[in-house]
Amino acid sequence: MLTRKRIAALAVTSLLLAGHAVAADKKVVAVSIPAADHGWTAGIVYHAQAAAKEINAAFPNVDVVVKTSPSATAQVSALEDLSAGRKLDALVILPHTSEELTTPVKAVKDAGTFVTVVDRGLNDPSIQDLYLAGDNIAVGRNTAKYMIDKLGGKGNLVVLRGIPTVIDDERIKGFQDAIKGTELKVLDIQYANWNSDDAFKLMQDYLAKYPQIDAVWANDDDMLLGVLEAVKESGRKDIKLALGGNGMKDIVKKVIDGDAMTPVETPYPPAMIKTAIYMTVANLIGQAPIRGNVKLDAPLITQENAQEYYFPDSPF
Amino acid sequence: MTVMTDMAVPRPQRDWNFSWTDVGPFLALVALLMIGFAINPDFLSGTNLANVITRSAFIAIIAVGATFVISSGGLDLSVGSMAAFITGITIMFMNAMAPAWGAMAIPMGMAVAIGVGLLCGLMNGLIVTVGKIEPFIATLGTMGIFRALITYMSDGGTIPIDRTLRDAYRPVYFGTVGGIPYPILISIAVAAVASIALYKMKYGRKCAAVGANEDVARYSGISVISTRTIAYAIQGACVAIAAICYVPRLGAATPTTGVLWELQVITAVVIGGTALRGGKGHIWGTVAGAVILELIANLMVLSDFVSEYLVAGVQGVIIIIAMLIQRFSK
Repeated sequence: MLTRKRIAALAVTSLLLAGHAVAADKKVVAVSIPAADHGWTAGIVYHAQAAAKEINAAFPNVDVVVKTSPSATAQVSALEDLSAGRKLDALVILPHTSEELTTPVKAVKDAGTFVTVVDRGLNDPSIQDLYLAGDNIAVGRNTAKYMIDKLGGKGNLVVLRGIPTVIDDERIKGFQDAIKGTELKVLDIQYANWNSDDAFKLMQDYLAKYPQIDAVWANDDDMLLGVLEAVKESGRKDIKLALGGNGMKDIVKKVIDGDAMTPVETPYPPAMIKTAIYMTVANLIGQAPIRGNVKLDAPLITQENAQEYYFPDSPF
Repeated sequence: MTVMTDMAVPRPQRDWNFSWTDVGPFLALVALLMIGFAINPDFLSGTNLANVITRSAFIAIIAVGATFVISSGGLDLSVGSMAAFITGITIMFMNAMAPAWGAMAIPMGMAVAIGVGLLCGLMNGLIVTVGKIEPFIATLGTMGIFRALITYMSDGGTIPIDRTLRDAYRPVYFGTVGGIPYPILISIAVAAVASIALYKMKYGRKCAAVGANEDVARYSGISVISTRTIAYAIQGACVAIAAICYVPRLGAATPTTGVLWELQVITAVVIGGTALRGGKGHIWGTVAGAVILELIANLMVLSDFVSEYLVAGVQGVIIIIAMLIQRFSK
């Protein structure tokens, strides 16, 4: 009786140990990202989960774990949970805020984890092994260049900007620097909070205020949707171009369909999280060297290359 | 205290009295229109005014409901999230019905919206009255719940309305009757029905009594629980009506739909002359309050004095000045 129990106990223990050994062989990649609270972050979540699924299927000895957090505080807790009780081989993180996440990420790094930071930098760049981001200045600049080209360097513009942040400032700066010295005139520039409703109202006001508008730039696609609705409803024919930015699927679809008012788009693609996860795994599995800074450009999305940036199944 | 005096005066006589609280918001409105015209004559153009009043309709309709809740001594912070949630449910329902029922899916969806709105409001009401939880905390809780539900339903992205319904539904926001846009007519109708309920029916007097002094109302044999619960249900129905007008505007619900509407709604009610601590409600004042808020935002864009960085600050100053004018003109 006693021996039988002992054998059973032994069997269970060895099973547990074996299980542990198998788990230890797997390389764990934790992905910590903001929860989906608007279109762009919804895209981040979609592409991170897609990458995890694809990699877990392709490499049985890699385990990509995705964890979303609704706030900076929650993300700090999530980091503690992810690193508690197991060694993380790599962490891919898109921090909510630079200030609050710097110290917690450093703690993970100090435990010997490879750290990839995406989009928003930490206060101490020495923590990251790989930094990957888009180029917000190029988003503004490339849009401006296209407008200059298309309008023959002359015309009246109105601009809708988002929320006072570095991202917003950089896009606006890139745009304004590019139109300097041309005869393009920015009639007005106001905040519309990266929100379709606010953009709809603001565009209605612009239309009421200015009898001649040649082009509109909303520095984000959510706002562009509101702009297009306001223009359509007004019946005004003077607006030749209405451009956005970010790479929302509805807008990329317009580019594919050859829309006259929105013939191009500039990407700041949430799919960059996927690039970061794949690169990190390439380092873990294939020993591919990836340390450094990677800046994705914001090339114009035109009818020719639009398919590359079109994700019909993504929420964004 | 003004509340009690107002109530003590017999009704027919009161109608002849000149009350600053009733007229105040309209004076502020006229003043704003004149200032606006002085700054930019385009301000008074037909298109601009129609645009501004049309888009103030959502806040106005929701604020009419909030007038009941606030006048009965309650508060509802969940209206913005609730509007987003109802919009989401309505669109999903309409999309599901569209293949079988065609354009009939639109009125069916509207009925669903009203039903869901009433239920959401009822839930808020019961938590506050039967659950005896502070309205601020109770509706802060449901605000989070509704916001999470719309985010979940949309995967954080957008829930667009079926293309086949889009054109049939569009007139509800963009259409006009005799030159007046539908949303304006709908908000006038909602306000008219609400003012009958609040001023001509027994329920309205119960509302004000409960809001002015809960204990006195209870001793007078008024059921505080049912009065307040009904106020929240009315609020839910109003949010649903606003959602019905909102859907055709952009044709989609997103997790950022209706963000911070609750604050605009409460501001509209208070600008309109209803005290935040409860008591007599002012329906038409509330409607004027909603239009004032939207006019201020419009004026900020149409004028060239204010730096884009200072817009919110100037709006705050104007609101406070408007309230001070009302306070001291009494």
